[in-house]
Amino acid sequence: MDISTKNTEAPPPIPQPTATEQKRAAHGATRPGDRIFLGLSRGSGILLLVIMAAIAVFLTYRATLAISKDEGNFLTTSDWNTGATPPVFGIAVLAFGTIISSIIAMVIAVPIAVAIALFLTHYAPRKLSGPIAYVIDLLAAVPSIVYGLWGAMILVPNLTGLFGWLDAYLGWTGIFSWDGGAPRAMFTVGILLAIMILPIITNVSREVFRQVPQMHQEAALALGATRWEVIRMAVLPFGRSGVISASMLGLGRALGETMAVATVLSPDFIIHGSVLNPGGGTFAQNIASKFSEATEFGRDALIASGLVLFVITLLVNGAARAIIARRKEYSGANA
Amino acid sequence: MAKRIDVSGLTAYYGSHKAIEDISMTVEPRSVTAFIGPSGCGKSTFLRTLNRMHEVTPGGRVEGKVLLDDEDLYGTGIDPVSVRREVGMVFQRPNPFPTMSIFDNVAAGLKLNGSYKKSELQDIVEKSLKGANLWNEVKDRLNKPGSGLSGGQQQRLCIARAIAVEPKVLLMDEPCSALDPISTLAIEDLIGELKERFTIVIVTHNMQQAARVSDRTAFFNLAAVGQPGKLIEIDDTERIFSNPSVQATEDYISGRFG
Repeated sequence: MDISTKNTEAPPPIPQPTATEQKRAAHGATRPGDRIFLGLSRGSGILLLVIMAAIAVFLTYRATLAISKDEGNFLTTSDWNTGATPPVFGIAVLAFGTIISSIIAMVIAVPIAVAIALFLTHYAPRKLSGPIAYVIDLLAAVPSIVYGLWGAMILVPNLTGLFGWLDAYLGWTGIFSWDGGAPRAMFTVGILLAIMILPIITNVSREVFRQVPQMHQEAALALGATRWEVIRMAVLPFGRSGVISASMLGLGRALGETMAVATVLSPDFIIHGSVLNPGGGTFAQNIASKFSEATEFGRDALIASGLVLFVITLLVNGAARAIIARRKEYSGANA
Repeated sequence: MAKRIDVSGLTAYYGSHKAIEDISMTVEPRSVTAFIGPSGCGKSTFLRTLNRMHEVTPGGRVEGKVLLDDEDLYGTGIDPVSVRREVGMVFQRPNPFPTMSIFDNVAAGLKLNGSYKKSELQDIVEKSLKGANLWNEVKDRLNKPGSGLSGGQQQRLCIARAIAVEPKVLLMDEPCSALDPISTLAIEDLIGELKERFTIVIVTHNMQQAARVSDRTAFFNLAAVGQPGKLIEIDDTERIFSNPSVQATEDYISGRFG
């Protein structure tokens, strides 16, 4: 029953907020500042999705144009002849070279980066760790073409000794056999990429190791752990997912690196069983060296190879996320 | 098994700041000794000198002697790592390793000390968890992470981890200050059982707790902020709480300051 109709002297009913007002209150965006910020941040989020979609659509469309005319199998052909009639081209060499060079880079860079990060956070006196961290930041600021020039002029001529040594002791594996050619090979590319991705992996790992709670390290110390055992028990497990993320950032850069690879490698379209013999190629290097002189159709073909690199990068990121998520309940986050 | 602690003339520094000065006391084996005193009086610092954890803090250093039975923990050639294997520690906030299962947490110290067969490890883990009154609560989920337990259970897990390596002495730095009253009671009961096997030293802000669990009580105080903390007196708990020999102790205990 309605009180106000029965008793006219009753105070007026409290005004109820309208539906739109309630909705606004729920979003917390009733004031102009909030509304503007909400719009900006939501817009940025949507813009990111739009850009990603636009890239994917562009790559897929142009790639389809090229692949539909390809007479070879695009994934398994190890040749790149877009000018021939009919055109024959495939990414086998590029995929192989990209993955091999990145694996070499990761195998070299990740242990060194983790070691540097541990040294900076757990061993080095503060006076030393500051300057070293600064130098590593500088390393990240060097443009990749400079790495390429350094690689071609300093690294390549000085690698013959190492290549000879690897051939003498590990040549029997086939992977490290060397025909004595100029060291413009996948292994050289891997070393150069390792140097280039070292700063990002080191910096992210350092931040992660720095955040290991003191109380977990003291727990290990109080059990009678040596400094290395503290790192093994408390620091590395805690930082594990962070180091994986850091490595993936590095891997992303290694997979897509262009100028440094193009400067150092002497490319061809053969899959070499040995990483020391010159030749091979990577997606990014191949696109960079062929794009300017390619025909419209040739460019579409290069874009198709770019699409494959895009997919590989997505898969690598997905795998990394899966690894991190699998042990989530053991991560330090819920401690 | 449990050992006597004999401290003489111990002074500890953080850099140039003198945190505690000239402390001497004896802690009998198989007894509970409580450290009480106002914040900043150096009781936790003193506790951490007993297993050489003080020097882990940058700038931390110690002068004086700490004898464990007849061995000076600060003698030349003594490895702090081996000291900490003899003198276990439980911290203020429960700190099980978040990346390890309950089982691995208890076994962590054992794995440092040498290699054990799997069956031996299982026996010791079970015995330690039983010793920490935690076995019945966790026996069905030993492979789950320790961080999923409640705060009180986590603290008992830390006690199980500490006693698994059979230390001679167990140091506890305000082990109940982050726990609710029920969990606190569980830990206090546990301390009563553990003193049959270990020498226990406990820092506490809770004077009722000191009165309940300890045989001897040491009162620490500092003259003023910035001054080093000192041991005012150590005596049987009953005497400290009924008829202390120093006026400052009585003032503190009766709540007149601090």
